Amino acid sequence: MADDVKKGPEGIDTAYVAHLARMVLSAEEVAEFQPQLEQVVGYVTKLQELDVSGIEPTSHAQPLSNVLREDAVREGLSCEQAMANAPHSMDGQFAVPKIVE
Amino acid sequence: MDNESMGFNFNSLTVHALQEQLQSGATTSVEAVTSLLAAIAERDGELKAYVTLDAEDALAQAAEADRRRADGEDAPLLGIPLAIKDVLNVTGQPCTCGSHILQGYIAPYDATAIAKLRQAGAVFVGRTNMDEFAMGGTTENSSLQVTHNPHDLDRVPGGSSGGSAAAVGGGIAVAALGSDTGGSIRQPASFCGCVGLKPTYGRISRYGLTAFASSLDQIGPMTHDVRDAALLLGAMAGVDPMDSSSVDCPVPDYTAALSGDLKGMTLGLPQEYFVKGVDPEVESAVRAAVARCRELGAEIREVSLPHTEYAIATYYVIATAEASANLARFDGVRYGRRAEGATDPIDMYGKTRAQGFGPEVKRRIILGTYVLSGGYHDAYYLTAQKVRTLIRRDFEQAFEECDALLSPVTPTPAYKIGEKVNDPLQMYLGDMFTATANLAGICGLSVPCGTTAAGLPVGLQIMGPAFGEEQILRVGHAYEQAEAGS
Repeated sequence: MADDVKKGPEGIDTAYVAHLARMVLSAEEVAEFQPQLEQVVGYVTKLQELDVSGIEPTSHAQPLSNVLREDAVREGLSCEQAMANAPHSMDGQFAVPKIVE
Repeated sequence: MDNESMGFNFNSLTVHALQEQLQSGATTSVEAVTSLLAAIAERDGELKAYVTLDAEDALAQAAEADRRRADGEDAPLLGIPLAIKDVLNVTGQPCTCGSHILQGYIAPYDATAIAKLRQAGAVFVGRTNMDEFAMGGTTENSSLQVTHNPHDLDRVPGGSSGGSAAAVGGGIAVAALGSDTGGSIRQPASFCGCVGLKPTYGRISRYGLTAFASSLDQIGPMTHDVRDAALLLGAMAGVDPMDSSSVDCPVPDYTAALSGDLKGMTLGLPQEYFVKGVDPEVESAVRAAVARCRELGAEIREVSLPHTEYAIATYYVIATAEASANLARFDGVRYGRRAEGATDPIDMYGKTRAQGFGPEVKRRIILGTYVLSGGYHDAYYLTAQKVRTLIRRDFEQAFEECDALLSPVTPTPAYKIGEKVNDPLQMYLGDMFTATANLAGICGLSVPCGTTAAGLPVGLQIMGPAFGEEQILRVGHAYEQAEAGS
C-alpha cells in the first residue's frame, strides 16, 4: 500500500492527499499549503527520535472496552426532522447527482 | 464601559450570586436576561463574541423559568442565562461550528450537556464564535467574524472557544460553555481573564458536541469564578448511554470541595513548563501564584514530565488523524451547504468541501489523511499513539507524589490579531502546556493570576489526575479567594 500516497519533496503531495480527502483545491491553495504542511510534517518527524519499542499505543484516554447497552427500541428523529437540514431531498430521501449513467 | 444595567454588573456577576437573587425574589430571570441583552447590545459590536443571538427566544426561556419558579420549582440553575459555544447542538438553534459548510443547519436535538442544563433550568441566551471546527488558538479561523480580546481590542481572545471567553471576560455573559481538545477552554480563559475548566476525558458526555478529535474532546465551563465552574461541572457531569466513552463514576457535589485552604496538599511544578520561551511576565505571575499556594498551606515540589517536548508533535498527529475521519461527514448530502453544478457525487463532495471549509481545516484534514495513509500510518499515527502512552505515564508518575500540578497555561499573554495566523507551526507551539492534559485524559483548570504591565491577563494552570476535579477546583478556589481578599 506504500504507493497509495505519492511522495513530494518532503514526503507530502498536498494536491494528491487533498484528493484522497475529497477536497478540490485551487492551484493557489496547493502552493500556499505545500510549504506549511512540509514544515509541520518535518516537525512531527521529531517523534522518530524516541525509542517506542515495546510501548503499547494509547488510542483512548480511559480504559473502557466493549461498552454495551440494551438493544432496545427508543425514540429517534422522525424522517421529517432528519430530512429538514438536507440541501436537496425528494420523497423523504436525500437526493444526490446521478451516480450511474 | 461598566456593563451595568438595572443593578447588574455583568463584569463580575456569578452564577451563584444570581442564583441567590433569583431564589430570594430580589430579581427575575426576565430582568436578568433583559439587562444582559442590553449589555450585549452595548458591547458586542466591538467584541463580536456572539454569532447568534435570539432575544425573543431568550426572553421566552427566561419567562418560562420564572413561571417554573412561581410554581414552586427550584431547579439548581433555574433562570440562569448561559452563552454556548457554536459547536454544541441546542434544539432549534443554528450550530455553525464557525464554518460555512454548516450554514443553514438547525440542530434537531440537544447535546446531553445541554439537555442536563436545560433540565436544571438554564436559559440559552446566545451562541459564541469559535475557530472553525474548534481548530485554532485565536478564533481568527472562524469563517463568520473576528472576535476581539476585551482587555485590548487589537488582540486575539484566544481560541478555539474565543467567543465564550470574550463574552465572560468582557462582561457580556454570566457564564459560558466551551470545548477543549488541546487547550481550547483553558487558553482563551487565560487570555481573557476568566476561569476555564477542562474536565477529565469521559466526565461529561460528548453526545451532541460536534466532533473534532474524539479521543481528546471535552466540554467544559468558562466562568467568572471557580465556584461557578464547580456548579456547572456538577450539572453536566455523568455517564450517558449516548456516549460510550463517558465514564460511570460518581458525580460529587464539587462545591463541597471548596474548603478555602490547601493544608495537607502537595502541588508539583513540572520543570518542563518553566523554560526559556515563557514570557518573563507570565512566569513571574505564575511564580507569585505558586508562592500564594504555599502560604495557603500547600507543599510545593518540583517534578518532571520528561516527554513534554514531544507533546505538540503527538497532539498534531493524533488530533488531525481523528479530525480527518470525523470531518468526512461534511459532504453536502445530509446537512449544511452543497456546492452547485456538480456532475456526480465525487465531484459534489470535492467542490462542497473545497468551498465549505476554511484554510486551517483543510490543512488539518490533509495532514490527518496523510498520517493515516498507507505507508505512513505506522511511522506517524501509531508512533504518536505510543508516545501518548509515555506522556500519560509521565503524569501518572507525577500524581503519585502530587495532588495537582501548577504551571502557566500559555507561554505568552494574548498576541495581536493577525500576528500568527499565517504561521501554523508557531501557532501550534502555543498549545505546548495545554495539549498534554488532553493526551493524558486528565483534568485542567485555568484561573486568572494577575496581569502584565500592559494589562493583559495571565492564567495559572492547575492540572489534576483523572477524575481529580475536586482537587483542582479546591486549589483554584483557595488561590482565587486569597487573591480577592488581599
